[in-house]
Amino acid sequence: MAHFDPNAKPFSHQWMNDRLAVDTLKRVLSTEYWIPKNINFLWAMGMILAATFGVLLISGIFLLMYYIPDTQLAFDSVNHTIMGEVGYGWLWRHMHGVAASVVFLIIYIHMFTGIYYGSYKRGRELIWLSGMLLFVTFSAEAFSGYMLPWGQMSYWAGMVITNLFSLGSLDFQGLVEWIRGDYVPGQAFLGRFFMLHVVLLPLAIMGLIVLHFGTLRIPHVNNQDGEEIDFEAEAEKWKAGLRKESKVIPFNPVFMSKDVFVLGIYFIIYFYLVFYHFEFAMDPVNFDPADPLKTPPHIYPEWYFLWSYEILRPFPKDPGLVAFGFAQVIFFLLPFLDRSPNVAPANRRGPFKIWFWVLLVDMIVLTIMGKVPPMGIYTTIGTIAAWVFILLWVALPFITKMEKPIRGQK
Amino acid sequence: MSDRRDFFGKALGAFAGLGALGALYAAKRTWDPLPSVKAAGFTTIDLSQAEENVLYTEMWRGKPIFVLKVPKKDQKAYEDKRLIEVGGDKFFIAIGLCTHLGCIPAYYPDQYKFICACHGGQFNAAGEVLKSPPPSPLVIPPFKVDGKKVVLGEAGPEYKKLKEAGLVA
Repeated sequence: MAHFDPNAKPFSHQWMNDRLAVDTLKRVLSTEYWIPKNINFLWAMGMILAATFGVLLISGIFLLMYYIPDTQLAFDSVNHTIMGEVGYGWLWRHMHGVAASVVFLIIYIHMFTGIYYGSYKRGRELIWLSGMLLFVTFSAEAFSGYMLPWGQMSYWAGMVITNLFSLGSLDFQGLVEWIRGDYVPGQAFLGRFFMLHVVLLPLAIMGLIVLHFGTLRIPHVNNQDGEEIDFEAEAEKWKAGLRKESKVIPFNPVFMSKDVFVLGIYFIIYFYLVFYHFEFAMDPVNFDPADPLKTPPHIYPEWYFLWSYEILRPFPKDPGLVAFGFAQVIFFLLPFLDRSPNVAPANRRGPFKIWFWVLLVDMIVLTIMGKVPPMGIYTTIGTIAAWVFILLWVALPFITKMEKPIRGQK
Repeated sequence: MSDRRDFFGKALGAFAGLGALGALYAAKRTWDPLPSVKAAGFTTIDLSQAEENVLYTEMWRGKPIFVLKVPKKDQKAYEDKRLIEVGGDKFFIAIGLCTHLGCIPAYYPDQYKFICACHGGQFNAAGEVLKSPPPSPLVIPPFKVDGKKVVLGEAGPEYKKLKEAGLVA
């Protein structure tokens, strides 16, 4: 039987505690959630992502008030009403567009930090998997948002991506028409992608963020040496006043103060881009209204999809789709394809060190080749890079199986 | 006691499952193309004024349609079995979307070629693939020849013949 102190003043500390256990919540979620000391600024990327999602949500709410999801009106509601008439409408749009682009850069840094330090193994598999689900939903969110201004790139990207669902020679035209609600992208298409972008996908993202944080709570974050820390014992040291000897610090206020510092630097760069270099997130082709009878001379996705697009491009239709599907799901399998028990930075793991850097460089090459026109030497480089990507993942179980155990690790 | 609870659990599960199935079906149907979209029917194209080697782009069910009076100079294309004879002239009529991922190829009259800018696919003046990634020729929509006109959306005897020969796509 819960005890409610009749003498506690409404909304006083004790009154709140009796009803909401605020002290326990605060302890479990922040002041006694332990973070290793042995980390660097790359461990701040998660908080930067959460903050950027907040920026996207808030700027999106303001855009939503004037945006009209109608094929006749959408283009002008963005490029005329929001950009020209609404007070500070340009600010929300540029914040939204730049954040949508930058969030993927941070996601990739966050992912590659995890791969480099082996933060997807030894109890951290679900962190990786929930993170990959977030990557997929963010991708869908970015794609659906890209449809909304209903410019030439919106329309033709919508055409090309929905056509992927015909699954090559299986020729599922019915499925493609069902997804579009029409023979070609039209009103039904715009309406449903608007719904996905502003309701269903943001809800899914928020749920997945909670899950992602939840998966982190028991295994805790990794550290720069992949050391297995006894968090209970180290926490006791901290609480006993042995702050120097303890290997951990509390999330709040100690870790957060550093996190907020990195966040501050990030937002200086972010707002510099918003105010002075927003154009990198605004494709000029998308400032032409959608025209179903005229394909732009060169169709390419935003930079963050280029690597997987380039894996699709050099192959004939069916093998291209298979390679593309492979690229979409293979990162999910990382915790299971890495057969080595070592949790350590890649540079201490022998062949895996080479694997990591080749993968990183290969994905940058794929990204660049996805942007240039498909001709001559670019096709050759793109084809080689696509094969390298596939072969790296095929080789991963073998090279990690051969990896020698690092001393001091089980 | 636990038998009763099991029974109630199963009954609840069964009804909830039925409801979920019904909701899924309703959701699926909500995303189907609307009847008004489906009924957007037939396009008639008058070919009597068409000039040789000039590409005309018409629209049928929201898709671009290529109409080309194939030039005799491009002998290979001119002899192609996929061409449609209307009033003694040979026409190439197809959906103007690349069979790779649906971009619209551009026609280069001096080369008698369609070139797709998206992924570099090429077709000749009869829509046959000259260079991959497109896996198949440009698709011929259902059509019916009516004097000097062609009606798209209706399968006439000429279309049925092409289809039986496996030449429409």
